[in-house]
Amino acid sequence: MAEIRIDNLVKQFGGFAAVRGTSFTIADGEFFCLLGPSGCGKTTTLRMIAGLELPTSGTIRLGGEDVTFLRARERDIAMVFQLFALYPHMNVRKNIAFPLVSIGLPRAEIRRRVEEAARILRIDQLLDHPVGGLSGGDRQRVALGRAIVREPKAFLMDEPLGALDAEFRHIMCGELRALHDRLKATTVFVTHDQLEAMSMADKIAVMNNGVVEQLGSPQEIYDRPATMFVADFIGSPPMNFIRCSGRVASGATQVTIDRAEIDVPQLREDATTEDLVLGVRPEQVTLCDDGGFRGEVFGTEYLGTTQIVTITTAHGTVKARLPTSVRVERSERVGMSFRADRLSLFNGVTGRAIRTALHEQPERGGRRG
Amino acid sequence: MTAGLATAHSVVDPSPLTKRIASVVVIGYALITLVPLVWIFLTGFKSPSDAIAYPPKIFAAPTLEGYCNLFTTRTRQAPDYMAKLPPAANLCDRISRGRNMVVAGPSNYIPRYINSLVIAFGSTALSVGLGTLAAYAFSRFKIPLKDDLLFFILSTRMMPPIAVAIPIYLMYRELGLSDTKLGMILLYTSVNISLAVWLLKGFIDEIPREYEDAAMVDGYTRLQAFFKVVLPQATTGIVATAIFCLIFAWNEYAFAVLLTSGSAQTAPPFIPIIIGEGGQDWPAVAAGTTLFLIPIVVFTVLLRKHLLRGITFGAVRK
Repeated sequence: MAEIRIDNLVKQFGGFAAVRGTSFTIADGEFFCLLGPSGCGKTTTLRMIAGLELPTSGTIRLGGEDVTFLRARERDIAMVFQLFALYPHMNVRKNIAFPLVSIGLPRAEIRRRVEEAARILRIDQLLDHPVGGLSGGDRQRVALGRAIVREPKAFLMDEPLGALDAEFRHIMCGELRALHDRLKATTVFVTHDQLEAMSMADKIAVMNNGVVEQLGSPQEIYDRPATMFVADFIGSPPMNFIRCSGRVASGATQVTIDRAEIDVPQLREDATTEDLVLGVRPEQVTLCDDGGFRGEVFGTEYLGTTQIVTITTAHGTVKARLPTSVRVERSERVGMSFRADRLSLFNGVTGRAIRTALHEQPERGGRRG
Repeated sequence: MTAGLATAHSVVDPSPLTKRIASVVVIGYALITLVPLVWIFLTGFKSPSDAIAYPPKIFAAPTLEGYCNLFTTRTRQAPDYMAKLPPAANLCDRISRGRNMVVAGPSNYIPRYINSLVIAFGSTALSVGLGTLAAYAFSRFKIPLKDDLLFFILSTRMMPPIAVAIPIYLMYRELGLSDTKLGMILLYTSVNISLAVWLLKGFIDEIPREYEDAAMVDGYTRLQAFFKVVLPQATTGIVATAIFCLIFAWNEYAFAVLLTSGSAQTAPPFIPIIIGEGGQDWPAVAAGTTLFLIPIVVFTVLLRKHLLRGITFGAVRK
């Protein structure tokens, strides 16, 4: 296993820049997720790590070795493709053995390793089946088997769960994470699905338009989004943005919306513009009659334990995640208050977060183990 | 289930009437196609007089005279010479002597047939081999002027090949390729390769690139990935293309007449010549034609499964 270090990676296709100066480091044994909307450059980045595309500039280091311009077969990495790319003219055993055959391992050794990989993935009873008749989940496992059998330096996965139906995807998420915890293999996972990324990754890089917008743990990305894009992309429903204006300087603890004073985490830098955006997660909204910020209930979505209440205000709609015990009526006028210590504040011109006391809080909650 | 429902049929399956009409049409079409072939097959076993009898005889006393005449050359001899000969050694001798002739030696049919086999299979292998590589390149790589090149390749089929017969004749004479097997293989390959590239490009386009990407990540070179992963999946297309190429090269007549006369002559220009040797020998021609059909029939039957999948390929996505 190895660390992957990406430095200032650029990929141009003709005049179009798919990846524009991406840099990040994936620690040895980390489950790393490249997350972003389609066309954001995440798959191109992955293919450059795999050696299937050559970068225009920048470097890729795999375990300290510069592999930027090495061919895919010289890199010792394994990749799982979105459509699995199982060779249809081979059975499961031959598919899994395929990477080992290329190294020229002795037959007995290949057999042993294929059977071991199959056992880990619980597909040993399928080894002599053709791949054509397999279910989506088993195809996925065979593709994983082909990846783990070679014990490569890193696993690359290009939306490997995209072809599965929703219910099964959830199961495979769990299996993938369990497999990673068992093998401790450096894994780069590309997805556009925030839930997949949040539930599996140790670290997420959120990409947009060919650049990494934010790099961090799932909690950090959720709690302290670095840009409005990240805040909007992560979370369902996404973060509410409320425009507010007024010059605020370092040390301020309030912003003004509609003459209502809203408490925010204390600013640690001067806002360079008067065009500010307050970012409020739906679960940070509570209804209170004396709340200075008011609106009218537009509708509710019942979700079982919680409900999403949509409130129209003079500054756009706000979605609030409230316990179902709170009863609201359509068209009712309500006042809102926000959870002051967790709010985000953005520069409305650049979209970047303004540093506040929020960024100094210790990370909340622990991750497995 | 009630009695009424028992006779009901599914709405997606064709009704019994539709099936019956379809059967009649198919049988009718089969008859129209098969009757000439059956006639040729039967004529091969008739005597020359039965073959041209009027009204036509469908079944006549079977004889192998046609086949004997196909494989041998005979000379007419005076009766006193015939009387001095030892008894006939084999069937063909006996049949010839009945016509006051003796077998002078083997005919050229077998060497011509072998020429046909070498040239047709040789050019098919070359067309499909080169065509697959070219189609792969057109399908996968960024090639400058790709569309124009593909159009140029196809444009060679926009006129009947025989339209360029005279330039090719002169060119072959200059190059010393006239009446050589190599010349014929090259000629048929050049005609077939455009078809092969276009057909195969379609098949290779349908094979997702992910397979090669996967193979290359799994430690193979692009060429190895091509042979181990792309080719096996393109089998259907390759077989379908090979059958089309083989049928053209096997049946080609015009160039064969023009460019071959001796050592490289193929069967199609040779078979009509048989008729000139000693009267209108239709049974020998029919025998030669019957034998000529066999390789294509065998090749097509063996690969039929692939051919059927080949021409409907991609119609329904799995």
